[in-house]
Amino acid sequence: MVVDLAQMGNGQSGIVVRLHGGYGFIRHVQAIGIIEGMRLTKLASHPLRGPILVSVNNLQIAVGFGMSKRILLNVDGH
Amino acid sequence: MKKILLMGNPNVGKSVIFSRLTGVNVVASNYSGTTVEFIQGHMKFKGKRAILMDVPGTYTLEPTSKAEEVACDMMKEGDLIINIVDATNLERNLRLTMDIIDKRMPTIVVLNMWDETKHMGIDIDIKKLEELLGVPVVTTVAPTGVGIKELILRLEEAKIGGIEERTEHERWDEVGRIISECQRLSHRHHTMLEKLGDASVKPLTGIPIGIIAVYLIFKVIRFIGELLVGVGEGLFDSIWTPVMIRLSEILGGSGFIHDILVGKLIEGGIDYGQSFGLLSTGLFVPLAGVLPYIISFYLILGILEDVGFLPRFAVLVDTIMHRVGLHGFASITMLLGLGCNIPGVLATRILETRRERFIAATLLAICVPCMALSAMVIGLVGEKGGQYVASVFITLFIVWIILGLSLNRIIGGESMELYMEIPPFRIPYFRTLMKKFVMRVRQFITTAVPLVLLGVLIVNILYLLRIMELLGKIFAPLITRVLGLPQEAISALIIGFLRKDVAVGMLDPLNLTSGQLVVASVVLAMYFPCVGTFAVLFKELGIKDMSKAVLIMLISAFSVGGILNVIF
Repeated sequence: MVVDLAQMGNGQSGIVVRLHGGYGFIRHVQAIGIIEGMRLTKLASHPLRGPILVSVNNLQIAVGFGMSKRILLNVDGH
Repeated sequence: MKKILLMGNPNVGKSVIFSRLTGVNVVASNYSGTTVEFIQGHMKFKGKRAILMDVPGTYTLEPTSKAEEVACDMMKEGDLIINIVDATNLERNLRLTMDIIDKRMPTIVVLNMWDETKHMGIDIDIKKLEELLGVPVVTTVAPTGVGIKELILRLEEAKIGGIEERTEHERWDEVGRIISECQRLSHRHHTMLEKLGDASVKPLTGIPIGIIAVYLIFKVIRFIGELLVGVGEGLFDSIWTPVMIRLSEILGGSGFIHDILVGKLIEGGIDYGQSFGLLSTGLFVPLAGVLPYIISFYLILGILEDVGFLPRFAVLVDTIMHRVGLHGFASITMLLGLGCNIPGVLATRILETRRERFIAATLLAICVPCMALSAMVIGLVGEKGGQYVASVFITLFIVWIILGLSLNRIIGGESMELYMEIPPFRIPYFRTLMKKFVMRVRQFITTAVPLVLLGVLIVNILYLLRIMELLGKIFAPLITRVLGLPQEAISALIIGFLRKDVAVGMLDPLNLTSGQLVVASVVLAMYFPCVGTFAVLFKELGIKDMSKAVLIMLISAFSVGGILNVIF
């Protein structure tokens, strides 16, 4: 099942299938390490549309809420 | 002269390696973006002097922030590239390595943080990596210096490893292939430090940890600061006062030179708060009043930086920062600004858009009091009671929020989103910590002390020429009516352009009430940046945006001052 990062539950993992946005956005997201085809785990999300914490191969990244809605993943177990 | 570039992702230790290779000390910390401007030094290469440039960290060679633009521009000038790679995070780092190699420049790859790979269960086959990349690879532990010698010895082996043009996807595929061939991970348990690191960034545990940490930080800064102020005052009283009294006798107790050097005698003695001579107040303010807090602040800030607390703080306050049109990372610029506004404003470069840089720099210059000002406020206003000191800082914080909310409304455009790497908690290396600390304190002494002396000199001259009196009369309506201060307070506002600490010090002889002190302190903090901050604002924002910022400053400072005058 494909969901965006904001919808994903804490502790869930999935494969990044699409980055939804323009060229600049995709570059920006890929630069730090969230790339299509990579496995990502959502660690926690802060309340009141706060940042979302993910781990991508050995690395922890904080993603702003608005941005997380544009990162689509295929969640495990579906 | 050959130009050698140090390039790599943010927070991989480029600055530490730069210091090792050149002997030039630069500030390094455990978070991205410490170096926003390139720094250069010299080193030997093939027996000749070469220029070594520390390039701001980038993830790719496609510029997405100002720091990355700087990096891309510099790349065109280089002759050789030292690509620093975080060995604990090979996959992400190799992405930039691919970009660099594809530019077909002589390159050598350095796997830094090599010591951490072992206890993280990461095993990298160096020989294989060299073969696959086609360029030499060395391993280092920069803070201890391990591997630096080998890096220097093998520098001339640097070569062009490039293959033909690759597309974005091919580069990532190549990275994946390299990783699968030369890196092996073994499973291991989380250490205590990692558990704490995780807890400090998750909302349920992180927010309480953050609040406790911030509370403790201010307590400790205050405690060490006060302790050192006591020591400083003691030293001045026991050692310097007799010297001053002797000098005063030699100079005859009054007169032009006497008043400039020693200052006015208060009840026949030296009063470091009120005498206002170059050698009395001029030395006392920076050395016994401000330096203690500078020492205390940078000691704590350095530890927080190297441990990796600041990015976590940025995550915790991200939601609040969004309300003022910024994102979490901007909180780091504010924290730096609490030490000195200049590095704070410089750090706004890491923010992505012009809108954000403007909001951050304006808020910083208006509402974030630097440690020099804060120390004097704590010292002077504190005599009247802690609640007045609190009033000053709480007012500034409220203004910060209101101004931020308004700027976010008024200035068009969206605010960017937080997107940053959270580095692991690390135990700081004592030597790098101390180096950075000594550098910052030395910088304060060498740049602030002369300016303070200059300020005190100007004050004396303006008084002697009766210019202060004249200005006092001209601005009397503003100062007395709006702010409710005596017209002599104009002198403090004038000197505030130069140094805020001297300006606060000048309030001492005016015998102000506690309410007046609060008004004057807040206005001094807000109305205009000191000359150093003014210069960097001009450089970073350009004349147009800076003029806007200054206008906002003046309007908000005098309206807030006026409101406070009514309240107190």
